[in-house]
Amino acid sequence: MEIDPFIFRLSIFVLAIFVGYYVVWSVTPSLHTPLMSVTNAISSVIIVGAIIAALAGVSENVFEGSKIFGLLAIFLAAINIFGGFLVTQRMLQMYKKKKNKK
Amino acid sequence: MSANLSAIFYLISGILFILALRGLSSPETSRQGNFFGILGMTIAIVVTIFSVGNFSSSIIYVLIVFIIGGSIGAFIAFKIPMTAMPELVAGFHSLVGLAAVFVAISAFLDPDAFNLGSPSNIKLASLIEMSIGAGIGAITFTGSIIAFLKLRGIMSGAPITFPGQHLINLILGITVIALVFYLCKSQSSILFWSIIVISFLIGVLLIIPIGGADMPVVISMLNSYSGWAAAGIGFTLENTALIITGALVGSSGAILSYIMCKGMNRSFISVILGGFGADASTGESQKNKDQKPVKNGNAEDAAFLMKNASSVIIVPGYGMAVAQAQHALREMVDKLKKNGVTIKYAIHPVAGRMPGHMNVLLAEANVPYDEVFELDDINNDFANTDVAFVIGANDVTNPVAKTDPKSPIFGMPVLDVEKCKSVLFVKRSLSPGYAGVDNELFYRDNTLMLFADAKKMTEDIVKNID
Repeated sequence: MEIDPFIFRLSIFVLAIFVGYYVVWSVTPSLHTPLMSVTNAISSVIIVGAIIAALAGVSENVFEGSKIFGLLAIFLAAINIFGGFLVTQRMLQMYKKKKNKK
Repeated sequence: MSANLSAIFYLISGILFILALRGLSSPETSRQGNFFGILGMTIAIVVTIFSVGNFSSSIIYVLIVFIIGGSIGAFIAFKIPMTAMPELVAGFHSLVGLAAVFVAISAFLDPDAFNLGSPSNIKLASLIEMSIGAGIGAITFTGSIIAFLKLRGIMSGAPITFPGQHLINLILGITVIALVFYLCKSQSSILFWSIIVISFLIGVLLIIPIGGADMPVVISMLNSYSGWAAAGIGFTLENTALIITGALVGSSGAILSYIMCKGMNRSFISVILGGFGADASTGESQKNKDQKPVKNGNAEDAAFLMKNASSVIIVPGYGMAVAQAQHALREMVDKLKKNGVTIKYAIHPVAGRMPGHMNVLLAEANVPYDEVFELDDINNDFANTDVAFVIGANDVTNPVAKTDPKSPIFGMPVLDVEKCKSVLFVKRSLSPGYAGVDNELFYRDNTLMLFADAKKMTEDIVKNID
């Protein structure tokens, strides 16, 4: 009997939870705020679904039916991607070591 | 682009996202990690556009919308003050939630585009997956909006409770599950819309009973939800990048919620049930307060004490963030260092309104991160320290958490500031903290209260150290 592809995706999902578990515990507590903003940014990878919706839909008109929801989702995800990564970058720039002892 | 090739690229971006989180294990590798994250996102977007292929003129609209959204995001990222990070993150979570809802709606309206079957004849598994994505997305959306309003101060941080609240939530939750069940049978769109609407409502009801002090848990929890919503959509779209990301973000948020709960010694369930800080159990200590003497100091006394100390530990809290006192604090520390005083910072896990909030503020004020210590690493040092300078923190220093089993904060890990030779408290008034518990430290002999706005007081102290 063949294995349903769903099972493969489920396996990836479960393994990724374990990877996430160990990786996140190794994050230093002082970087927990950047951790939140970066996880927020990467969860915007949901934009791939939005792009498919906006480009591959049956309707010719982009402002119709499922396509308009795709465009709206692209808009929201784009705010998040740029906002999330850039604000993380801005925060991480501030974490500096002591330059020289006075 | 063939489906197999794009799947491999999605796997690569998933791995890059793992590396992005891995980079955060130390500040040195963190910037590189963020670069990996950006790279992973770029790959995912480009591959998706190419995998669709025959897209005609729609691509122009996609790019326009993407650029407009991106510019808004970039603008926010550069303008936002660091003190506003909690509400920014809450706001961003709401966007992910709503985007998940929109993608699920698109998939429901036009399943052909996603290879999920045809309208009214969607594959069973896909239907369940998209309902989960849409439902959790909707909860994340409204929940984050409420969290945002509370953090921003537009809505009161006080818990909003009413009788039968948990019962209503339970009934609504069961209703959603029942609706998903019938949706699978009938494929009726009205059921699909109902699931989304009820989930919106659940999101609101879930967050309104949670008080201001529990916001670190809420914000981590919503972080986790946004991940699970993304994973649900990932299963619908059969997209590995989304599944991996969803799992990473989901577990990351869950771990942060756990750490925050532990920092407050509260169970996750009790935070969710809410109502903390609203009870009137503090009546008795309020009465006692008037009879106890408090030593009231001014900036001059504080400056004198710290200047002549050999070591000072600074304990920042939410009050410092509210007063934006981090830069003045840094100035004070610089002057003290010139006087040969050793300075350390002690950060409680739940100080502030989100995980790591204080660390970011201190980093913004150019405090080197190797002077900043977590609770477990510094708690033994208080006994050998001359002065503890508590600025805007309260509950996290309250020794009652160690001594009084009846106190609502009993068992919460606290910073042992009372072991210092003297304690300075910068506070606006004697009012109890968010937990509603009076802090007995205020009345001790070795405590000096400095009643003022945190920023104003710190600036005055700076003037007096010379």
